[in-house]
Amino acid sequence: MNITIIAETSGNQLHSVTSQLAGAAGSLGGTITLLCPGGVGESEASEISGVSKVVSLKGDCFSSFDSGAWSAVMAPHCEGVVIASSSPTGRELASQIASKLGVPVVQDLTEIGQDLKMTRSIYSGKAVETFTASGSCVITLRQNAFESAGSDGNAELITVDSTSEVSVAVKEAMAKAGERLDVSEADIIISGGRGMGDPANFSHLNEVADVIGAAVGASRAAVDSWDEIPHSMQVGQTGKTVNPSLYIAVGISGAIQHLAGMRSSKYIVAINKDPDAPIFGVADYGIVATWEEALPSLKEELAKL
Amino acid sequence: MRIYSRNVRDTMTIAVLLKQVPDTTAKITVSEGRVDQGSVSKWSTSPYDEYALEYALQLKESGAGDLVAITCGPSRSSKMLTDAAAVGVDSMLHVEADTSEMDSKQIQSILAAAIKHCGADVILCGKQAADTNSGSTGPGLASLIGAACVGMVSEVSMNGDGFSALRGSPSGNERVVVSKPCLFAFDKAGTELRRPNVKGIMMAKKKVIETVSPGDLGVDIGESGIKIQAHDSPPEKPPGQKFEGAESVPTVVAKLREEANVI
Repeated sequence: MNITIIAETSGNQLHSVTSQLAGAAGSLGGTITLLCPGGVGESEASEISGVSKVVSLKGDCFSSFDSGAWSAVMAPHCEGVVIASSSPTGRELASQIASKLGVPVVQDLTEIGQDLKMTRSIYSGKAVETFTASGSCVITLRQNAFESAGSDGNAELITVDSTSEVSVAVKEAMAKAGERLDVSEADIIISGGRGMGDPANFSHLNEVADVIGAAVGASRAAVDSWDEIPHSMQVGQTGKTVNPSLYIAVGISGAIQHLAGMRSSKYIVAINKDPDAPIFGVADYGIVATWEEALPSLKEELAKL
Repeated sequence: MRIYSRNVRDTMTIAVLLKQVPDTTAKITVSEGRVDQGSVSKWSTSPYDEYALEYALQLKESGAGDLVAITCGPSRSSKMLTDAAAVGVDSMLHVEADTSEMDSKQIQSILAAAIKHCGADVILCGKQAADTNSGSTGPGLASLIGAACVGMVSEVSMNGDGFSALRGSPSGNERVVVSKPCLFAFDKAGTELRRPNVKGIMMAKKKVIETVSPGDLGVDIGESGIKIQAHDSPPEKPPGQKFEGAESVPTVVAKLREEANVI
């Protein structure tokens, strides 16, 4: 079986999830080709264990994101099972490639087994679907759900000069205000809900996050209540589905939409003053306390480590 | 004499794609290996589609063209189209089909035919539906119909003969411009969603939904390339440990380090 991986890039570097895609591909067994859009990270990509060939696609269209143009260049190089990251750009590219190849696409898988038996969560984690693909398909994988491949590979590197007509013209790029880690990237997340009382109090969550290198998230109630808390921080059904190693929920009661987006976290800590809050139902460790009392102590204890 | 603000050169048709999904507050139960749709307490328009609808209405109001709402789904989905008509959609197309076991290719082939049937060249949809959470439909369709694709959109407006949109990017936001044919897949936007008023609801009752089958549109969807084996409820977590008071924080931190080994 042939497997084609679409490298995930971050600026002008290879994103670490690319190695997880290769790890998952390796478990399927087969010949792995890795495509680097724009040639980004080609040498690092060639060192990923298990990759036979890296195709570095260089062309003017790769200077800004246009899934139509990118997929037009990439699709002819895709064979067999095509694997991408389930990031927003990964999904968009995967869908376009599937359409151009005339094969189905399935997004955001959390497991892949033998004979292409695959698992994904549906209804934002309220149910789990297992399915099989009958042949070639495009799949995207959830970040942090698969083990990374090693870095002792030595793949053949091929450069292809090819471009396609760009139909999405970028007129202006605006950088994010504040460079905090995104919740979908983070291995540890600390999230606040409406129980934080005031958006300014999220600064206390930021302080704890800084001690342990965590991302700061929020419940839908907090995002809807306060303009200062952007939707990009929202964890839950209309926000981001996350599965970090550790999720700390502070002042979050645990509405069904929120639980759906974070219940697959490996460990969950809940801090809430209401002992009956539904969040305690999914927490491995629950602390019945106000955030005002608990957060200073949490910051101090974590700083000691 | 009435003066039309609409540009007479313009004969554009805007389509908004809507999907009816279990409301995000609804409980999902599994019965005999499938999600039990009969037990869903409330069906709603998928949340991101609502932002697509809002901006489609704004485009229509700025004179971009007529607006058609399209859905592909079972008969219950027609209520959602009537709701869309109540806030100002001009016409509605319902492709009646059970999509629950279809793969992305089958659904996209139906929607591509529906778009062609309506003659739409500007398409708005949600970035993903709240049931499958996939996000395949918009970009896949864009490829099928040869439209420029803009994802993660939070704003769109007319810009000369084309459109200007704000989209999320890995490093922030980008302002992009495109020409028709084009497709915008919406993220949550900063705008308020409009709610129907009494007049809108009365008007909507008079509007007729065009209901067709995939076959009526000349689509042969073929076989699904994906076979669903089973739906299951997510694994139950064993009950956790609960502690009283902030004085237990050091205990929990110690457990995170020693039992859970995550910090």
